[in-house]
Amino acid sequence: MKSNDANARRRASLPKVFNVVVAGLGGQGVLRGTDILAAAALHAGYDVKKSEIKGMSQRGGSVTGDVRFGERVFSPMVPAGEADYLLILEATQVEPNQYLLGPEGVCITPGMIDAAQLPHKRTLNVALLGALSGHLPIPEALWLEALRAGFDEKFFEANQKAFLLGRAAARAH
Amino acid sequence: AAWQYAHYLFPLEGGEMLSRKLWNECMNPKQKLLLSGDEAIALAAKDAGVALGAGYPGTPSTEILERFGAHGGKAQWSPNEKVALEVAIGAAYGGARALATMKHVGLNVAADPLFTAAYTGVSGALVVISADDPGMASSQNEQDNRRYAVAAGVPMLEPSDSQEAYDFMLRAIEISERWRSPVLLRVTTRVCHSYTLVTPRGPDPAAPAPHFQRDIKSRVMIPAYARAAHRQLRRKLAEMAEWNESCPLNTVTPGETRLGIITSGISYMHAREAAPEAAVLKLGFTYPLPLGKIAAFARSVERCVVIEEGDPCLAEAIRAAGIPIEEKPEMYRFGELDVPRVRRILEHDLSPEALKPPGKPPQLCEGCQYRIVFAALRRKDCIVAGDIGCYTLGVLPPFEAIDSCVCMGASLGVGLGLRHVLPPEQAKRVVSIIGDSTFVHSGISGLVEMVYNPPPDGHVLIILDNSTTAMTGHQEHPGTGRSLNHEPASRLVLEDLIRSLGIRRVFIVEPRMGSDEFDRLLADCLERKELSVIIARRPCILIAKQLKEYEKQRCECEAKGVPAESF
Repeated sequence: MKSNDANARRRASLPKVFNVVVAGLGGQGVLRGTDILAAAALHAGYDVKKSEIKGMSQRGGSVTGDVRFGERVFSPMVPAGEADYLLILEATQVEPNQYLLGPEGVCITPGMIDAAQLPHKRTLNVALLGALSGHLPIPEALWLEALRAGFDEKFFEANQKAFLLGRAAARAH
Repeated sequence: AAWQYAHYLFPLEGGEMLSRKLWNECMNPKQKLLLSGDEAIALAAKDAGVALGAGYPGTPSTEILERFGAHGGKAQWSPNEKVALEVAIGAAYGGARALATMKHVGLNVAADPLFTAAYTGVSGALVVISADDPGMASSQNEQDNRRYAVAAGVPMLEPSDSQEAYDFMLRAIEISERWRSPVLLRVTTRVCHSYTLVTPRGPDPAAPAPHFQRDIKSRVMIPAYARAAHRQLRRKLAEMAEWNESCPLNTVTPGETRLGIITSGISYMHAREAAPEAAVLKLGFTYPLPLGKIAAFARSVERCVVIEEGDPCLAEAIRAAGIPIEEKPEMYRFGELDVPRVRRILEHDLSPEALKPPGKPPQLCEGCQYRIVFAALRRKDCIVAGDIGCYTLGVLPPFEAIDSCVCMGASLGVGLGLRHVLPPEQAKRVVSIIGDSTFVHSGISGLVEMVYNPPPDGHVLIILDNSTTAMTGHQEHPGTGRSLNHEPASRLVLEDLIRSLGIRRVFIVEPRMGSDEFDRLLADCLERKELSVIIARRPCILIAKQLKEYEKQRCECEAKGVPAESF
């Protein structure tokens, strides 16, 4: 379609924006995951926007959170078909969110993580952030700083372990 | 300290915006905060020295008062939005800066005081937040509350991100104080719940001290005084419209003359991204509109498109002024806008939109007491007039046990209406079901109606009392006996209130798995041709632990001999 070409040209004329969507079910830590990513991107000096739909999130329904960062971000919502990274916390949520992923987008799923090695099953969101981190221009130290600030101090060690586990798993892939 | 600059940015006599350089100088980049729109409004309220914030929880507005309270502001949940706005009006009559927060449908409840407060005006400042929910992420309708600004005659500001949510809250206070008018700050889900960078300006040292000044003709709206007040209101609005022509809250982003976009709120962000080449007029002060500025912009471009979410409010007003513009096709009235949809509007694309794949719907929690109640209602084949809250999820499989859901408190009236007209074999199966917070919000009047106009075969009301406002994220209400900040407060005892109306059959039951107590009680109430109220009481399992902690604190206070009234 001609309009798609025009849109691609328009996008090319804007500075690069990184588009990440985190998806899972209520109670899995989707929104906490987007908090950490947004904080790390903020520390790295980017303009950051984060968007989420709450309200029903504690009732076990599907939850997604969008994080966009770059030199200048306008809309807080990742446009469908333009996500660079799709971070999925629950295998069943791949399919309903696939349409968000861009043609060259990367889907990061729980299958990438050896669950047996996680310090706690609730650290899956952080392990997946670790897997994502290798793709993004944000130094490791800033991720760890965001993890330290984003949770109670007593969870930092477990989160750090999960993060590095995910980071190593992504490199191995 | 940066607050002083606000007056350069927003000079009282209108004029140019502060130069970019000076602006950057007063911004300390280290102070940048990543805040939601709600958090930004709360911070602005604190920085502006707002003396009182009142509201009722409602997605997406809830976090504003919670955060304002956490900042040390005086923030309180009222029984409903009408009371909240009245409290805020009183504070503003007293010369204070006051805030009332609510979701869009909450403003329906508070519309009565709003319309007349527009006549009376205020002595201090009054900002009313309407948090609209286009797309209905968590609401029963997607009404567009920009209509309220026009209908009531109150000025309206619409921020497009968190920085503007912060800035416009401060501007709203200035406008309110300058014109002695309530101001509507209209936000939407994507502004409330998106996190973007904010540079705060710091506290305002000039917040006025409250003081009562008698002004009978302005505040006592008997017809004789109200006639004059209405004329005064229209004069104020005309003045504001003129001032708005040079107001820095409306900005032009230069672009190609081929395409011009007029927009406001979150739609601005989508439009900038969808058409970075376009010239854009972003309206921040959206009622009364700067029609001169809009006409000049429209003349400056070859094609002028209005991009707005929801109803075609801007398009209608601009076209009514004789300014030729292009309006979005009807199909884009429904749901939220986003970047792809704005592209489609600009391309005249009327082809059907791809349906989003369905995610997993929310459901009643495992172990929720309501599951037992809804299963029992199904077994009895009840006709259930439902209400607004978690328990509305009882409409979904496997229960499908709710037959109506209209608005807060409607379960009483709707159930009674059904009982009055249905044939006896159907009427006797009608039940009204309402949560504890919703009951306090607007179920009490329905209960009075039940006693005053009882159906011939009586009625059954079930109050699902989980000791919290669960759906919106576990806020307190008068029945919990705790204040907004979860501190001990006077407790409204539901059963005492109900009995005081003369209802004799009031039962309190804890629905439990493996027990048929609730079933038997329901069967008994349905059999009797009387008025019965069943309070199904058990704390929400999601906060059971927290509630114990609060109770412990209450006991400690009581042990110290502090009477509840003094909390």
